[in-house]
Amino acid sequence: MSPLLAIEGLTKSFAALNALNGVSLAVEPRERRALIGPNGAGKTTLFNLITGHLAPSRGRVLFEGAPLTGLAPHAVARRGISRSFQRTSLFPRLGVEENLRLAAAADGRGSWNVFGSVARLATPLRRARDVAEQVGLAERLAEPAGRLSYGEQRQLELGVALATAPRLLLLDEPTAGMSPEETQRMTRMLAGLPRDVTLLIIEHDMDVVFSLADRITVLHYGEVLSEGAPDAVRADPRVYEVYLGTGDEA
Amino acid sequence: MTPLRLLGFVLVVAAVAAFPAAAGVYPVKLLQEILIWGVFAMSLDFLMGYGGMVSFGHSAFFGIGAYVAALALQASPGVLAGLAAPALAAAAAALVIGFFSIRVSGVYFIMLTLAFSQMFYAYTFQAAWLGAEDGIVGVRRVVVLGLDTARPPVFHLYVVALVALAALALWRTVRSPFGHVLVGIHENEARMEAVGYPVSRYKLLAFVIAGTVAGVAGALYTQFIGSISPDAFFWTTSGEALLMVIIGGTGTLGGALLGSAAFILLQSLVSSYTERWMLILGVTFILFVLFAPGGLVGALRGRVGLRA
Repeated sequence: MSPLLAIEGLTKSFAALNALNGVSLAVEPRERRALIGPNGAGKTTLFNLITGHLAPSRGRVLFEGAPLTGLAPHAVARRGISRSFQRTSLFPRLGVEENLRLAAAADGRGSWNVFGSVARLATPLRRARDVAEQVGLAERLAEPAGRLSYGEQRQLELGVALATAPRLLLLDEPTAGMSPEETQRMTRMLAGLPRDVTLLIIEHDMDVVFSLADRITVLHYGEVLSEGAPDAVRADPRVYEVYLGTGDEA
Repeated sequence: MTPLRLLGFVLVVAAVAAFPAAAGVYPVKLLQEILIWGVFAMSLDFLMGYGGMVSFGHSAFFGIGAYVAALALQASPGVLAGLAAPALAAAAAALVIGFFSIRVSGVYFIMLTLAFSQMFYAYTFQAAWLGAEDGIVGVRRVVVLGLDTARPPVFHLYVVALVALAALALWRTVRSPFGHVLVGIHENEARMEAVGYPVSRYKLLAFVIAGTVAGVAGALYTQFIGSISPDAFFWTTSGEALLMVIIGGTGTLGGALLGSAAFILLQSLVSSYTERWMLILGVTFILFVLFAPGGLVGALRGRVGLRA
């Protein structure tokens, strides 16, 4: 089986600093891959390189066998890659349903219509309601995103990423800043996602990582330090030394 | 549109159309001026209130519409010359200016749009074939369906019809799927891009729509006053429309018309008592920004629970 996402020798330099240095990894279809590593290891930079928010200095990213080189973020999204952000990025004055509907309508059909009616574009609306159900916000459809609780906003953050019906979903610390109960709810939600959405997830909470991931990639100073099944990574003494043992889980 | 609101709209249009039957020449002229500037302000509100693009160069399209109409009507008095040609010329200019301007945002967008409009001012001020600083005088009015709008009652109906049409079209557009995308971009441009919208193309279309409507307003204006001068392009023309939008209430469309009415009535009232009318206007504006940031529409909604 060919990988869904193939990253080949990806390097990103900011001035003298190599934020990412020759990273290669392959994510198979239906896989749930966790990306862990200390702060500054280059995890979010890797996401930004995949989604076209940054251009690589060297190397390339292939999705379903086709290179994403030079594509703008919207074009990458259209290929079937969606992402959530570490810092919640919603439409604060718009309702939950409209937040999701805008994302669901992003495939372009109908959104150039300057005289038609939004209510008549049934498909995005239906998708928005389905996703609201999925992320536990079905009772809050009309509530402006800015008035939701922090935990609910993180649920909507996941929902907006899901609403575009991606084949690959990149999640940047979905449980960041959440209380233990909120984290549990989010973990259940992520575990309940359909398997045909392949996941690449940055996460600091090791309980979340070990309960979700099929495989784990450990980044350290912009390089792949270790990669493998959760138990193998857990047993790797180098990983223990740089990450798991230091108590640096913030 | 709900039946009740449609009825309200029809009643308002009918009342405005029938106004000359009950009023003298000067109030009718004042009303027409309010309506024409109202269209111009609405087009700017569409751009800034919905699209989030605060332009200080919207006068470019107003001026282009006015000059093209003034010139074309000399050649032939038809709708093609008086309406279609100025609208198309403004649209084409908006496509070019927008192509460059939407690449930047915030204060850079303001400065770039301002620079473009001032270029038109500088050019027309020097261009002998456009009458240089005197502009074009003796602009004739359009003939629509065999009816010559040089006759005041016909012109009034022509203005009312076009203003109603423009208001309806913009009202429909902000509620369309495209309008919702525009609001999404205003709320969070980066996220819209990330979920798959080619944001700059949507912004460009919004810029062209706003420019086209501003061109129609300009075409009406030159026929209304019977002349046009480079001042139409000057930044104060953009500035006055901006004041109208803010006084009326940004992002409401209807507010732009109210703002136009407030601005022009204040101007005509105060200037008949004192020459310091700009001072009074300035104070009014400051009071609005400080105490009624939602403008007239915001204040009305707060007072009587009126809804959009």
